[in-house]
Amino acid sequence: MATTTSDIQDEIDAHGHGAHDDHHHGPAKGLMRWVKTTNHKDIGTLYLWFAFTMLLVGGAMAMVIRAELFQPGLQFVEPQFFNQMTTLHGLIMVFGAIMPAFVGLANWQIPLMIGAKDMALPRMNNWSFWILPFAGSMLLSTLFMEGGGPAFGWTFYAPLSTTFAPASTDFFIFAVHMLGFSSIMGAINVIATIMNMRAPDMKLMDMPLFVWTWLITAFLLIAAMPVLAGAVTMMLTDRNFGTSFFDAAGGGDPVMFQHIFWFFGHPEVYIMILPAFGIVSQIIPTFARKPLFGYSSMVYATASIALLSFVVWAHHMFLTGMPIAGQMYFMYATIMISVPTGVKVFNWVTTMWRGSLTFETPMKWAVAFVILFTIGGFSGLMLGVAPVDIQYHDTYFVVAHFHYVLVSGALFSIIAAVFYWLPKWCGRMYNEKLATIHFWWAIISVNILFFPQHFLGLAGMPRRIPDYSTQFADFNMISSIGGFAFGASFLLLTYIIVTAIRSGEKIEEDRVWESAKGLEWTVATPAPYHTFDEPPKKAQILSESSHIGEH
Amino acid sequence: MSQAPRQKVSRSFWIKLGLVPIGMFAFAFALVPLYSVLCDVTGLNGKTNGVSFDPVTEYEVDQNRKVKVDFLAATAAGFPVKFYPKIKNMEVIPGKMYTIKYIAENRSDTVITGQAVPSIAPGVAAQFFKKIECFCFTKQTFQPKDPMEMPVSFIVEPALDKSIANITLSYNFFRIKDAEKVKSSEHTAAKSVQPKSITVTKG
Repeated sequence: MATTTSDIQDEIDAHGHGAHDDHHHGPAKGLMRWVKTTNHKDIGTLYLWFAFTMLLVGGAMAMVIRAELFQPGLQFVEPQFFNQMTTLHGLIMVFGAIMPAFVGLANWQIPLMIGAKDMALPRMNNWSFWILPFAGSMLLSTLFMEGGGPAFGWTFYAPLSTTFAPASTDFFIFAVHMLGFSSIMGAINVIATIMNMRAPDMKLMDMPLFVWTWLITAFLLIAAMPVLAGAVTMMLTDRNFGTSFFDAAGGGDPVMFQHIFWFFGHPEVYIMILPAFGIVSQIIPTFARKPLFGYSSMVYATASIALLSFVVWAHHMFLTGMPIAGQMYFMYATIMISVPTGVKVFNWVTTMWRGSLTFETPMKWAVAFVILFTIGGFSGLMLGVAPVDIQYHDTYFVVAHFHYVLVSGALFSIIAAVFYWLPKWCGRMYNEKLATIHFWWAIISVNILFFPQHFLGLAGMPRRIPDYSTQFADFNMISSIGGFAFGASFLLLTYIIVTAIRSGEKIEEDRVWESAKGLEWTVATPAPYHTFDEPPKKAQILSESSHIGEH
Repeated sequence: MSQAPRQKVSRSFWIKLGLVPIGMFAFAFALVPLYSVLCDVTGLNGKTNGVSFDPVTEYEVDQNRKVKVDFLAATAAGFPVKFYPKIKNMEVIPGKMYTIKYIAENRSDTVITGQAVPSIAPGVAAQFFKKIECFCFTKQTFQPKDPMEMPVSFIVEPALDKSIANITLSYNFFRIKDAEKVKSSEHTAAKSVQPKSITVTKG
């Protein structure tokens, strides 16, 4: 960094002063601070704002979808544009909102939670973030191209995405390549940081669960994202260089696309939920004022889920004409995942059991996560049963299922994490009253939005259609009303977050929440630009462990 | 902010970590031949290729058992040939040989070369459906406005599971545009099918 001004933050920072003063400088000023930054906290902030922007963009697309589905018949948009909306909504939310938000939280929290100075490779960290805005804008720019953007669903099955796709698909492919590069670099950085940079006295089984779940997620990322890159590369050569990976006319097989896609796609859904498990496992012990129940079983459950996620992919493809033996295998393997997931849910509930519970905003979101994610898990179990999947496949039941796990699961955990750690990051408290209003608003509207979609799906309404038979009209109208209310709740969320950062009540306490455990609560509030120049000692690591009961 | 990390991350650690995504990228492409091998072994996707017929095999014929075989025909986009089976379906006795005919008529004014790709449903029946003679073994050339009769001779093996009472044989005709494309597709095509190759002998 060019400017090395020493500011107030350095004086707050009690650690490691003296001879190392030259290391203690605040951030550079102006825009270039953000472009050139290699500081994990800055990069975490960039990731989170990028994810939030994409959440609003993808949310706007969802509003178009729900407006069109408010009534049967075509109201606002052409079917082709509707299809572009469903496709880009999915892609933007998965690759633009949820994944970058988790990486942002990892950047902010992992070094703080393991007593590390920064990420292991700060320059690569900068690069993994700055690829994202370009990939995101390239993906969005396809909407303005001749022939429109991708309209084949976020799963981009061949030959719809090869032979019959618009010309802009090549931009989509390149955007996916870039997003993949960003995720893989981010994941490599996370693994290297956790394995090499944590405080020398911190053993693996001393690590907080958020760190554990992210370590496992990072392994999923480096194993699954390259497979996606391979799939889109095959699409690219099929489209432009005369190969026939997915073209039956040239000896390829379109069903093979689905196998390759879901070999990536199923681990991907755990990439989007394991860090959420970690967040909830940090928040619940804080507000239950009890150590996390079953810490080591949580670690093993996370690892088992990750391993199983690689051998269940074909449960997305029960209707492709799989032999009975294949269906049986994938069905049982899939249902087996509910065992480690059940372990987690029981552990959270047991942590709360007879705890001194208080329900500050992060805890509200965490409890909502446990309940609503479990509903999503149950509908997932139903979908995993091969004989009934014939009825549910490609209906709104599937839409309801994955929105329960991704919106009231992944997204709610991110909101919980932001409310939990924002006071530490900024040294300012959000408005608890407004946050409570927002919570109930969002919780009620999200259920009005997604719960009726279960019924629509069971009644046979297909996904990805702009028009529908009149018998589905009532539930769609209810769902749309819930959708508009849920969408509007994000305007309030934006207001709450922005006012908290700019003018929230100042906090002096390092620990912020009275019984929060973890090394991140031992640094000053707001978190200084540089932390843990000296690694924390063994005694401190142990006393900050939220699972101390197990030692 | 190039402060040296407290614990050095060794070069070998970076290399090992970097090899994982590279290896998995390669694995995505390895899935292509793996998928073909798996389909060859199990008949998962209904492809009949690679199942060779030994004409000297004698089957025990159970006169009382009947299997219904449906015949389907389809043409890919940009293939202006009317293509259909002479009969829609027939009942066959497993172990006995039958011959049926497909008709193809080129509706355009140019000579068209095409290749039919067969498929059997259900997929598990594929390995018991033996074709002795088939227009799908080689590529076919259609003169303008000249209807052609194309025979298929087949045997359904008695080893076919008793629970299967109905088999569908379908063909999809694809146009072969030029020799160059044939060559490039042979390199990348899934191994089990080589529909554009001239020398495929047994389906």
